[in-house]
Amino acid sequence: MSLTIINQRRDQQVVGPARVDGFAKISGAALYVDDLPAVDALHGTTVRTAGAGGTLQEIVFDPAINWSEFVVVTAQDIPGINAIKLLENDQPVLVERTFRHAGEAVVLLAHADPEKLRIALKGISLVELPNPSPIFDIDDALQARQEIIPGNIYADYLLERGDVAAGEYLADVVIDERFLTPSQEQLYIEPQGMLAHLQEDGSILMEGSLQCPYYVLDALVQCLGMDKDHLRVVQSTTGGAFGGKEDYPSVIACHAALLALKAGGRPVKLIYERGEDLRVTPKRHPSRTLIRLGANKAGELQFIDMDFAIDGGAYRTLSPVVLSRGVIHAPGPYKCPHIRIKGRAVATNHPPFGAFRGFGAPQSILAMEVAMDRLAKKLGMDPVELRKKNLLCTGDLSPTGDVVGKDCFAHAVLDAALEHTHYQQRREEYNAWNAAGHPTRRGIGLATFAHGAGFTGNGELHLASRVSLQALANGHVEILCSNTEMGQGAATTLVQIAAAALGLPMDSVHLAQTDTSRVPNSGPTVASRTCMVVGGLIQKAAGQLLQRLRETMDLAESYDAQSFAAACAGLYAAGDALVTAHYYPPADMLWDEQTFFGRAYASYAWAAYVAEVEVDMITLETHVIDFTAVQEIGKAVHPVIVQGQIEGGVAQGIGYALYEDVLWNERGVMANDRLTNYIIPTSADLGFIHVVLLEGGLGAGPKGAKGVGELPMDGPAPAIVNAIQQALNIDIRQIPVRPEMLLELTVSGGN
Amino acid sequence: MSEWTRPRHLPEALELLAAAPGQYRVISGGTDLMVESHLAPERHPEFWLDISGLRELQGLQITEEGIRIGAATSLEVIRRHAEVVTHWPMLAASAAVTGAPPIQNRATLGGNVCNASPAADNAPVLLAYGARLEIAHHHGSRWLPYMDFHQGYRKTALQAGELLSALWIPYPPKHSRGYFRKVGTRAAQAIAKVSIAALIEEDSGGMIQGARFGMASVAATPCTLPSVSQYLLGRALRDIADAQVRQRVGQDIAPIQDIRSTTAYRLEIASRLVLEAIHGRSESKKED
Repeated sequence: MSLTIINQRRDQQVVGPARVDGFAKISGAALYVDDLPAVDALHGTTVRTAGAGGTLQEIVFDPAINWSEFVVVTAQDIPGINAIKLLENDQPVLVERTFRHAGEAVVLLAHADPEKLRIALKGISLVELPNPSPIFDIDDALQARQEIIPGNIYADYLLERGDVAAGEYLADVVIDERFLTPSQEQLYIEPQGMLAHLQEDGSILMEGSLQCPYYVLDALVQCLGMDKDHLRVVQSTTGGAFGGKEDYPSVIACHAALLALKAGGRPVKLIYERGEDLRVTPKRHPSRTLIRLGANKAGELQFIDMDFAIDGGAYRTLSPVVLSRGVIHAPGPYKCPHIRIKGRAVATNHPPFGAFRGFGAPQSILAMEVAMDRLAKKLGMDPVELRKKNLLCTGDLSPTGDVVGKDCFAHAVLDAALEHTHYQQRREEYNAWNAAGHPTRRGIGLATFAHGAGFTGNGELHLASRVSLQALANGHVEILCSNTEMGQGAATTLVQIAAAALGLPMDSVHLAQTDTSRVPNSGPTVASRTCMVVGGLIQKAAGQLLQRLRETMDLAESYDAQSFAAACAGLYAAGDALVTAHYYPPADMLWDEQTFFGRAYASYAWAAYVAEVEVDMITLETHVIDFTAVQEIGKAVHPVIVQGQIEGGVAQGIGYALYEDVLWNERGVMANDRLTNYIIPTSADLGFIHVVLLEGGLGAGPKGAKGVGELPMDGPAPAIVNAIQQALNIDIRQIPVRPEMLLELTVSGGN
Repeated sequence: MSEWTRPRHLPEALELLAAAPGQYRVISGGTDLMVESHLAPERHPEFWLDISGLRELQGLQITEEGIRIGAATSLEVIRRHAEVVTHWPMLAASAAVTGAPPIQNRATLGGNVCNASPAADNAPVLLAYGARLEIAHHHGSRWLPYMDFHQGYRKTALQAGELLSALWIPYPPKHSRGYFRKVGTRAAQAIAKVSIAALIEEDSGGMIQGARFGMASVAATPCTLPSVSQYLLGRALRDIADAQVRQRVGQDIAPIQDIRSTTAYRLEIASRLVLEAIHGRSESKKED
């Protein structure tokens, strides 16, 4: 089997075509939702609950304000169902009586003058009977002394293979740990917002910053009680999302639509400022993991036993799905005969947590990978050695019980990472540095992991995605799909895939604007599925188009742009220039979602990440001096976009490991709701990030491509924690590893 | 709606201030006030006095004793000024870590002082260098040692009708060494969790002849360390007991726990930094 290595160092970078969305964004021509021209628009705002759950008793409108000047919407104005359409109808669009967290929307207001709106906002007071004992902690929720929902459990999963008790009997060395991870904010550059416009025919046009146009459409259908034909959702240029614009745009869209229905045909802009966005939109689930690992003296894993719990917040939203991915990824890329992963998503009075790059996997992978280093330490074995003994190989049984096929590169990525970082040599150098009494300590740490691309198990089958290609009379081809460019480079990648499949230059292929009145539902832009699944469908549709051109327009087997255009013109004139490809799962996809048994994903991407850190012994600040990300991703369709995805994800991962900490006030609302005190790393905080790509060519996507986008969020935190532990000879059980925490650990440790 | 006045000359500004004492909110670069006015529109003043057009408040002049820096001089100009870089390198350094370049282009040294944040980035250095303030009033100017300027949390010695017009910084003594370090929440664009500047003067025998410290983010105001300075005076480096220094640091500062850091961290790191400043260990080098 061939394995191509692309080493994306700056001096030998492999480049690709220019981004199709690049110029408009650089020149400022791209229109984000707040830039969209809207004649005579009203501005919307939201009145929210103050307490962490309770009962709304009364809404008091200040009689001194002339409310007839304003558009005012409450729960009574909802024509359809008062629930945000997601897995369960538990979250109200607007609070009618009971509520579960601070910051729930109760009243919507709109006015042409933002200043009047600001004053009016103060003229509405909510009389609340507050929940006397809100729950904010995962273990408090599990004890269920107060119940938000029965047992406070949204989902309870068990992945079990073998018998942990038997594994315990075989283990010579056992470790038992508890890890905590915090919430994390996506911090897309563009805060969320929607522009709603009631059309003369009574339909609604919704434009906004979003990832999943059909989720928004479905939410509007339910909330407004309107049929799909009267609703049109259009994605405006989206300034980052990272999962944060997967479910919440449905909430803002419902709010904006309700205002628009009463605005007499004037468009309504509902744009969140940064503080509001930080306080109310969903973030990464906090987690608490109890983990026990056992190995024999040779270092072979005998059992993995985990109790993995995530804070789902006050409504179910996507938490069961996040939990499922967290559970499946928990045992890592290791072979182990006895595995028990108990996963629970619990209800608390925090605002609901949601999708964020990695989707549950970064939390459980952190616990597993830091525990692996702890086990290595207890075994007196190098962490690399321990991993080499246990990483999956072709023919092994995976933690979900299927036989690992040829598309397994767990060892290859580790070997490449060791070679590229000169791991052993560095480790010795750092040990020498640390012994020499410098004012800093240095360490090198690693994490090995895999990430499944696409929806879990039968999810892709249920999605039944469709992609169309429209040939135009001039020989150009338009891609019609619901997948969104949000900064990650998907537009370029998809155009590139279509152009390559059709043998056309890239400028003859266009990605149509994501508009539900035109594009079919090709599923949401989530779960590292766009390139692999949707790209695959584009390739398939291209094949269909070529076949039709050959069969009905006599396009020759080899053709030039001119003959292709002529054939397209004919097809176009005949009104038969649209082809649609439908998704069919790979034949060997067998998955039991009750028992977590079978093949969970069409493809896994494999990775080994190495972090090199330096800790200042006076201030205990940690600096990542060098970071190496090695991953096998099947095929890099556009190596620079892939590199950008990985560098950006690693930067977010460094933030997760060292800086980012959502702090909560006593009502469960984000307290550090400003960019001056929610700390993400700047370029000055990042060392070099080396990206090394391996291409095995066996993924389920075009030319063997697999998903890339989430992988870089999984590995940095455990690699960095392991490096710091090595540098300081301490045990870390929580991220972010802030200097304040290191002070406690080093002082109490008698450093 | 507020009224915006932008006088052309200092006397005109002083006259306006004297005519309506306490009425104007003085603004120059606006890097603090504009953020505040966005976040808390209800605190919007009725009258703004924009002093960015006053030429008298701009620029740096070398004098016999040191340097005079106009209060409305931008941090960008200060950090790049050749004399500042040569003789007051700690000031160049603190200006360079205040916000980011776009902030430094607008933010002024006087503004950083008058905004009176306990975390003010340039305050420690000004305290360590023993800066003096030139405070203008319609009826005449007065001088004030900078160490007497901060009188309480966000409370300064400026009286109604007064305007900070310049900062005067003396040349550091010949045999002195400086130490400056800002410990922020990250490497750039950060608010200080602890920051320190020190100017320590030793004679040829290694005896400490003077030690002046300035710290930020460790008390309700930027502060000096009087008991540490007193302890060091007349003492040789080898006779300094670290425990004694730590104890005096504890007396001189009053750190709090807030959204950025903990009391314990601030207290411990402040002590470590003071000791490092005294013993003259240079800041850790990142290179091999």
